[in-house]
Amino acid sequence: MTSRKVIIKKSTFDPWQEQEAYQAQSMQGQTSYGATASFIGTMRHFNEGDEVAAMELEHYPKMTEKQLNLIIVTAEKKWLIQNTLIIHRVGKILPGEPIMLVAVWSAHRAAAFDACRYLMEELKHRAPFWKKEQLVTGDSRWVEKNTDGYE
Amino acid sequence: MCYDNYMKIKIHYFASLRENIGRSEDVIESQTESLTVKQAWQQATGLPELQDDLLIAVNQEYTSEDVLLSDGDELAFFPPVTGG
Repeated sequence: MTSRKVIIKKSTFDPWQEQEAYQAQSMQGQTSYGATASFIGTMRHFNEGDEVAAMELEHYPKMTEKQLNLIIVTAEKKWLIQNTLIIHRVGKILPGEPIMLVAVWSAHRAAAFDACRYLMEELKHRAPFWKKEQLVTGDSRWVEKNTDGYE
Repeated sequence: MCYDNYMKIKIHYFASLRENIGRSEDVIESQTESLTVKQAWQQATGLPELQDDLLIAVNQEYTSEDVLLSDGDELAFFPPVTGG
């Protein structure tokens, strides 16, 4: 049995608590998984050599959820994964705050690690989110492009 | 008058494109026999070409500028995505 959950959050969240809550709600009594891989993206206070004070994350609501679910379905076809949880922030984010969480549960570590990495890279390239940085100088700028995660 | 070919398309713009165009959405109406994404872009924005790096979605799925639209489609244009 596979199950998946996608959550878009307008305010800050605790990725560890969210994982625990998901396990308690959706995986109660489940003893078929032996591996959990999770990735947490956190906002840095610097980017491209500049100090960043805050960030505004914009998204295309309906498409975000549709694309993230499509990405998970594709991962489920590639690996034997049992549960997937993706959480992504929108709105104003400050340095040190989590931006996103991808967590994958599977029987063995290879599927968990590989699917988690795949979901992360696909999210970066397909999910319609856009970051606008507010620099400490008072200027603001759009992040133009995500870097290739495998470089 | 024949309304058989009538099409109403809602268009969304996001991020830097939204700021450059100066609005977040348009609704266009068309009586042509067929309407491509590119023609809808031209009708809505008055701009001849789509920038090379712009992404296009019809009904929340990625597509290209030559695709034909249907009445009621939701069209969106946006710059490269930068989530994660």
